Amino acid sequence: MKDKKFDIIIIGGGPAGLTAGLYIARAKVKVLVLNEGISGGQMVLTHEIANYPGINTISGFMLSRNMQKQAESFGCIVKSNIKITSFNLEGKVKTITVNEKEVFEAKAVIIATGGKSRKLNIEGENEFTGKGISYCATCDGDFFQDKEIIVVGGGNSALEEAVALTQYAKKVTIVHQFDHFQGFKHAIETAKNHKKIDFILEAEIVGFYGSKSLEEVKIKDLNTSKEFTKKIDGVFIFIGYVPQTIPFKNIIKLSKRGEIIADKNMATNISGVFVAGDCREKNIRQITTAVSDGTISALKAIEYIQSK
Amino acid sequence: MNLQTNLKHISTEADYNKIVSDNENIMICCGRMGPMCVPVYAEMEDLQNEYSNVKFYDMLFDLPEAGVIRNMPECAGFMGLPFTVYIKNGKVVKATSSIQSREQITEILDSVF
Repeated sequence: MKDKKFDIIIIGGGPAGLTAGLYIARAKVKVLVLNEGISGGQMVLTHEIANYPGINTISGFMLSRNMQKQAESFGCIVKSNIKITSFNLEGKVKTITVNEKEVFEAKAVIIATGGKSRKLNIEGENEFTGKGISYCATCDGDFFQDKEIIVVGGGNSALEEAVALTQYAKKVTIVHQFDHFQGFKHAIETAKNHKKIDFILEAEIVGFYGSKSLEEVKIKDLNTSKEFTKKIDGVFIFIGYVPQTIPFKNIIKLSKRGEIIADKNMATNISGVFVAGDCREKNIRQITTAVSDGTISALKAIEYIQSK
Repeated sequence: MNLQTNLKHISTEADYNKIVSDNENIMICCGRMGPMCVPVYAEMEDLQNEYSNVKFYDMLFDLPEAGVIRNMPECAGFMGLPFTVYIKNGKVVKATSSIQSREQITEILDSVF
């Protein structure tokens, strides 16, 4: 890529980053989206989106493609599958080095790096991912026809996916750390009233074991600290997301959970650096809220560069 | 019926056998247009330009003839889409189940081919 100087660079190509790219390009401001991976972020991992206003249902993949095409049609450049190897966000000119060789410059930066599925990070998790452990019910549910499975988590995703998985599995056990759930009331009631679902509460899985595929889990009772094993065919893990902010931790102010702290204008503690989407400290994480963040950060970043 | 990707598709067992006999290094991703599969196809589409010594293909998991991949001994115990196999000189040298990152894919490509 010959052109290395931009007005605004966006790090991340999920719904927040692509929306920011759309708004900035439409304002005839020179913008580049740098994306470590493919466009769409977590949205690509969603089989069906049914709560994006104006669209009945759409796959996450198609919505991502549409968002990217729309941003590009106004002149936004999207560079995907790159690795950001270093950056300097302080100072008037921000620099971002890609693949250790290409250095891009901008007057402002929007961080929209999103989040990724939280893992349990315990023995056997990596070894049995795809061999009994899954993070996607719609993708892998049919491998568990008439099998016995566990769903880990206590939020809406865990409860709703547990119910969805009953169409395949003969029995679903929800394992959750607390004695109560974090999901919406109707999701809790639906799971609690389901004949095929039972619960192991105040407990956590501490290990996965098997040979070619997962065969059993070790579960710890959090009240007594006693551990026991349970024979199982599959485990689906839905325990939320972690923000992708580690590279920024010594530069930008983060919350205890590692989310970037910003004001109502999406401005961080560094002049000219804005944030948008799931990597920002906030309560509600939806595509619509990411799009909202992207809009605000774009307009405020434009305002910032035009005031300088 | 094929997957909606920009990769070359394998539709039949005969296709598979011909591709394996005609090429030294092959990566085949067998899946659906689902959330765990699509990111792998996208990475493969991009990696085609970087790895000219490797042929990249996909195959729709639900095709009856995709049994040629589904039933490979190397895929025994797999319970996550997509099933991805790496073949060198007609022999499966690596197989993975479920989504793989670019780093995971390139690590395999660099080590087996």
